[in-house]
Amino acid sequence: MAFITANWNPLGEAFYRKTELYEMCWNLRDGLRDCLVAAAPYGGPIALLREPHRRSPSSRPQLEIYSASGNSLASFPWKSGPVVQLGWTVNDELLCIQEDGTVLIYDLFGSFKRHFSMGQEVVQSQVLEAKVFHSPYGTGVAIVTGSSRFTLATNIDDLKLRRLPEVPGLQGAPSCWAVLTQDRQTKVLLANGADLFILDNTSCTAVSPPGLSPQVSSIVHMSVSFSYKYLALFTDTGHLWTGSAHLQDKLSEVDTKIRNPPKQMVWCRRPKSQQPSVVLMWDRLLLVAGVCNDIIQFPVEEQCVCVGELDGVRVVSSSRQELLQEVPLVCQEIFKIASMAPGALLLEAHREYEKCSQKADEYLREIKEQSMLGEAVRQCVEAAGHEYDIQTQKTLLRAASFGKCFLTDFSPDSFVATCRELRVLNAVREAGVGLPLTHSQFKQMTVQVLIDRLVYRQFYPLAIEICRYLKTPDYQGVSRVLKHWASCKVQQKDLSDEAIARAVCLKVGDSAGVSYSHIAAKAYECGRTELAIKLLDYEARSGEQVPLLLKMKRSQLALSKAVESGDTDLVYTVVTYLKNEMNRGDFFMTLRNQPVALSLYRQFCKLQEQDTLKDLYNQDDDHQELANYYVTASYREKRLESRLSVLQSAVDEYNKAKNEFAAKATEDEMRLLRFQRKLDDEKGAGLLGLSLQATMEALLALGLHKQAEQLYRDFRVPDKRYWWLKLKSLAEKEEWEELEKFSKSKKSPIGYLPFVEVCMKRHNKHEAKKYVSKVPPEQKVKAHLAVGDLEGAADAAIERRSEAEMGRCLLVAPPPTGC
Amino acid sequence: MAAHLSYGRVNLNILREAARKELREFLDKCAGSKAIVWDEYLTGPFGLIAQYSLLKEHEVEKMFTLKGGRLPAADVKNIIFFVRPRLELMDIIAENVFSEDKMHSPRDFHILFVPRRSMLCEQRLKEQGVLGSFTNIDEYILDLIPYDGDLLSMESESAFRECYLENDQTSLYHTAKGLMTLQALYGTIPQIYGKGECARHVANMMLRMKREFAGSQNQILPVFDTLLLLDRNVDLLTPLATQLTYEGLIDEIYGITNGYVKLPPEKFAQKKQGETGKDLPTEPKKLQLNSAEELYAEIRDKNFNAVGAALSKKAKIISAAFEERHNAKTVGEIKQFVSQLPHMQAARSSLANHTSIAELIKDITSLLYYNKTSCNSLVSASEAFFDNLTVEQEFMTGVDTDKVNTYIEDCIAQKDPLIKILRLVCMQSVCNNGLKQKVLDYYKREILQTYGYEHMLTLNNLEKTGLLKPQTSSRNNYPTIRKTLKLWMEDANEQNPNDISYVYSGYAPLSIRLTQVLARPGWRSIEEVLKMLPGPHFEERQQLPAGLHKKRQQGENRTTLVFFLGGVTYAEIAALRFLSQMEDSGMEYIIATTKLINGTSWIKSLMDRPESQSP
Repeated sequence: MAFITANWNPLGEAFYRKTELYEMCWNLRDGLRDCLVAAAPYGGPIALLREPHRRSPSSRPQLEIYSASGNSLASFPWKSGPVVQLGWTVNDELLCIQEDGTVLIYDLFGSFKRHFSMGQEVVQSQVLEAKVFHSPYGTGVAIVTGSSRFTLATNIDDLKLRRLPEVPGLQGAPSCWAVLTQDRQTKVLLANGADLFILDNTSCTAVSPPGLSPQVSSIVHMSVSFSYKYLALFTDTGHLWTGSAHLQDKLSEVDTKIRNPPKQMVWCRRPKSQQPSVVLMWDRLLLVAGVCNDIIQFPVEEQCVCVGELDGVRVVSSSRQELLQEVPLVCQEIFKIASMAPGALLLEAHREYEKCSQKADEYLREIKEQSMLGEAVRQCVEAAGHEYDIQTQKTLLRAASFGKCFLTDFSPDSFVATCRELRVLNAVREAGVGLPLTHSQFKQMTVQVLIDRLVYRQFYPLAIEICRYLKTPDYQGVSRVLKHWASCKVQQKDLSDEAIARAVCLKVGDSAGVSYSHIAAKAYECGRTELAIKLLDYEARSGEQVPLLLKMKRSQLALSKAVESGDTDLVYTVVTYLKNEMNRGDFFMTLRNQPVALSLYRQFCKLQEQDTLKDLYNQDDDHQELANYYVTASYREKRLESRLSVLQSAVDEYNKAKNEFAAKATEDEMRLLRFQRKLDDEKGAGLLGLSLQATMEALLALGLHKQAEQLYRDFRVPDKRYWWLKLKSLAEKEEWEELEKFSKSKKSPIGYLPFVEVCMKRHNKHEAKKYVSKVPPEQKVKAHLAVGDLEGAADAAIERRSEAEMGRCLLVAPPPTGC
Repeated sequence: MAAHLSYGRVNLNILREAARKELREFLDKCAGSKAIVWDEYLTGPFGLIAQYSLLKEHEVEKMFTLKGGRLPAADVKNIIFFVRPRLELMDIIAENVFSEDKMHSPRDFHILFVPRRSMLCEQRLKEQGVLGSFTNIDEYILDLIPYDGDLLSMESESAFRECYLENDQTSLYHTAKGLMTLQALYGTIPQIYGKGECARHVANMMLRMKREFAGSQNQILPVFDTLLLLDRNVDLLTPLATQLTYEGLIDEIYGITNGYVKLPPEKFAQKKQGETGKDLPTEPKKLQLNSAEELYAEIRDKNFNAVGAALSKKAKIISAAFEERHNAKTVGEIKQFVSQLPHMQAARSSLANHTSIAELIKDITSLLYYNKTSCNSLVSASEAFFDNLTVEQEFMTGVDTDKVNTYIEDCIAQKDPLIKILRLVCMQSVCNNGLKQKVLDYYKREILQTYGYEHMLTLNNLEKTGLLKPQTSSRNNYPTIRKTLKLWMEDANEQNPNDISYVYSGYAPLSIRLTQVLARPGWRSIEEVLKMLPGPHFEERQQLPAGLHKKRQQGENRTTLVFFLGGVTYAEIAALRFLSQMEDSGMEYIIATTKLINGTSWIKSLMDRPESQSP
């Protein structure tokens, strides 16, 4: 195991190591010379533009895209304008920033996606330098123009250009500059000679880094750390100043003794770094300058590019790629020569155990005596995560597993998780895939993003395997991969609609969370309408199908899908759409086939378009509803004649609907209206609009008995109701004689108890008593009680031998005096 | 303040909190001071979710009612419209916005659609040319509102009318969505039963929605074991009958809206000495009714005839508790007594309130309340109530349901309220499985002649919903249903009930019988009856993710959510609560509905008044 520390270099308290990631698969004839290179962090892709300054049409520069391991993804001649800068977005899209300020966006496979401009004025002044940066808001672009003005776009997906204020005294490009994200604001830090400025939206502020030696006449290079927290400045005196990006504190100042500016300068630190450092690269030298003033030097044999990472620096050359990083503390403790850390002892114990040596027990005892076994296991597990070599990972994990056996209450979660994650990481690190992620990077980017990255690279099967292996919930995992796969599949021009639909359906099936409508929309975008319709058929959410179907002008289908969804608002939407698209006849016919839509439309018409409602009923020969419509409409007519004519239409329709009762009733209504009008005209009775009953009541009240009688006969009012009416009316007017006459006109159909009660209501006991005798025996008690004749009531009750009625008398009886 | 929501078997406060959180989030989206313009209909339901204080905390300074013309002046940064997605409301909003633009104070406009945003409405706003004036257009998904510890309501007034009369299934869509929300909070409900067309439709939508969201598996241990969906038209009879529980009667007589009742103030006047009866309050007394009030929770579901005894028992307990003060000797005892005082005083005022309400109701219902000093109209009110009840019970027991009923005739002749007549006629029709054509036409003619021909449309509506219908087959299957399901219990015990029939003093609500039979012995035993009732009956199972299958403890009750599509009455709720409390039922019920109804409000929702529609 001693060789593990072979590539460790001490830097202050810590060690730095350079691990080989890949022998690059690419075959670059001229290495990286004369190339514009952009390599994305998190093991992202690498883009090369050879000889970007060549402008003759006969020999155009070549744009090449490679995976981090050097597999060619795309290669094509650059036909657009001269490129100043290449860069990658967080979504693995390539940004090519041209001299004229146009930014072209390509995907991983070199297909053009879109472009945008950094502003009109740039066309004139030209972009001198550009930088692509990442912030919580997404990927941004910053440029400095020939007129020494900076323009920023914080998020290219939500493009808002910000032209920053002028920098006093700046001519041409600054000597160096960087983009900072601080306090939720994006700023530019620039150096003009020895002067340092911070540019934000509104102002340009001169700043000075604390403790920078005064003899500096120019700051020639600067670098901001991955997290935007730290800043490194390189001066013409060969000094490297490091400090916080806020320019509040100074960390150190190292004299590199090299005066010419480095080609690249990158921070190399990791979260919880013991010994952060800055990596500087010259043509022949790679220098790691620690904040502790210590340095390490590596010779450089060929042209390299440094890529700053979250926890180190990747150094890409034309033949290999290496990861330069501080050795994580836990690895240090385990592997440091003669380390007595529990993890180191456990590793040793396990090694002895495999050799079947009893020394294993001794080591184990030693750890256990310090009760450090849990810690030992944890160290081994953690260290395994940090190791790139699979053999080392295995050794560490085996040791951890061995140690775990002697622990009773140790949660296996971290062990299991690390095993799983390492398996995934090893798989994606394979040169064929080419994502050289460290464990920390993986944790930072999350599985979801990793899956996305794999999907962008079209490693669908691997992505699905990983999702299944990590048991990622379907909608975040497998489904998402399938969705991307299908969206990509539908763009394959060499396959028939039929074949694609079948293939998609076969793979996607009814996987939860895959939106067929999304896939269909993609197909439609590519001009494959038929395919889109075929795919939409598989969509479970009818609601989702509708908008696309409407867009593709399949309105009938859209309507039936809307109905299926149960979402009435959606139905309304389609109906409104159809109404505007179709002629009325077709529209009605379409609705007719969709009863749900039809009734909704009717509702709509009832509230909004009464006339359309009539047409609808007409078209359906729905006579009953049509008649009801006329009845409703009749109340809107102010003039009697028109009201009657509308009612006549109602009668006709009721007849057609074979609703005799309603026809008759409506005819009655018309008859009543005419009668009321006549009387109103003749006598000014004010009857119009009253019900039949109310009309008769009014007539009686007015003393128009004959007319009331006429209505009673004409409308065949039941005797009972008429008697009640007349009885009440007479009592109301206190025409007691008339009442008596009426009571004797024939046998009362309502009996005589009502007479008693009505009289009593008018407080006429005398009249009431007249009718008590006429009341049949079973109501006698009630009648007597009504007139307050307790004795009579009691007699009647006794006569009827009714206990209940007797009880009732007793209840009413006044309590005996003295009680 | 919503603690009573969390006492039940299922903590419905979770739902309320979720709703409040969403409301707060929306309010915070509109930074700065705000005024809310209310669609008046929404204020009641919203009151169950959030009081003014919550709104105030989020800088709501003014509240207006939505109406045409110019918005009242208010010095606020934001104007937020809280509206239902209705086209007519959009026009009003447009008018508001237009008249606003003429003034020069720039205010931001926002719309919050309840319960769902609507493309149709947004289209209308666009046509009106105001869509661009809104900074935020959002939806506030308020489907199921927690109404009490075991009760959820969508407070959708016209749900029955829309579903059964107008074939507009919007409310069913909202129901399905609401049930999905509920399942998101309380876990997937493994078993779904249902009876009726609408129930089938809702279940279908739920299953479809589940499929649509299949990716996001719900990892919550299910709280509900069963969901029972019941169409209101499976049991048209129950709401027509007069409810005889305490709460039911309050609703029948005074009407409970959004948990509040307004009562005539006379009986609540503070009787202080030296005060003359001159300044009696004239404003109606407004009381909130829910289980937060201990006494009310105790008596709300009792048959009214048992309420008097319960109240007097309570009165004794309270006065005994107040008497305790004489026993309090040591300082410690006095301190303890004093600490209980607020609670006791609350109990006393609650008792006073309910004694007054009970008196009010008794004036109307009790035949025995009769003496010379009482005025005549009261006597007839109580008599009318009794006669009405007698007729209802005759119908329910199947006495002379095929003939014209003299009591109804008399009531028409007396021009009693139309709704009362309609309730009775519909009841007779339902209990007779339709009326003979002659009888039906007679009633209809009587109604048209007495109350006016415009009621033709209302009658038409009642016929369309099946509440009123001509007899088609000679067989009346109501008696079979009644006998099989034991809908009429001769010896209903009102004081110490042993069967749900106590809620209608003899009649056991059909809907609740179906629920009861489903729990035990199961619907298979009443297959024949189910076939006689309208609509399909069905059973669906929803797959639970592995590991969420409940391991039931010995003696642990199962929980069923009963959803009444088209409304439920307080008496039915009382019956379900009774079943939950029965020791051997093994089932607890949570009730959900589109709207809390009674016969009057229900029939009212089906009436058409052509005059009022005219512009």
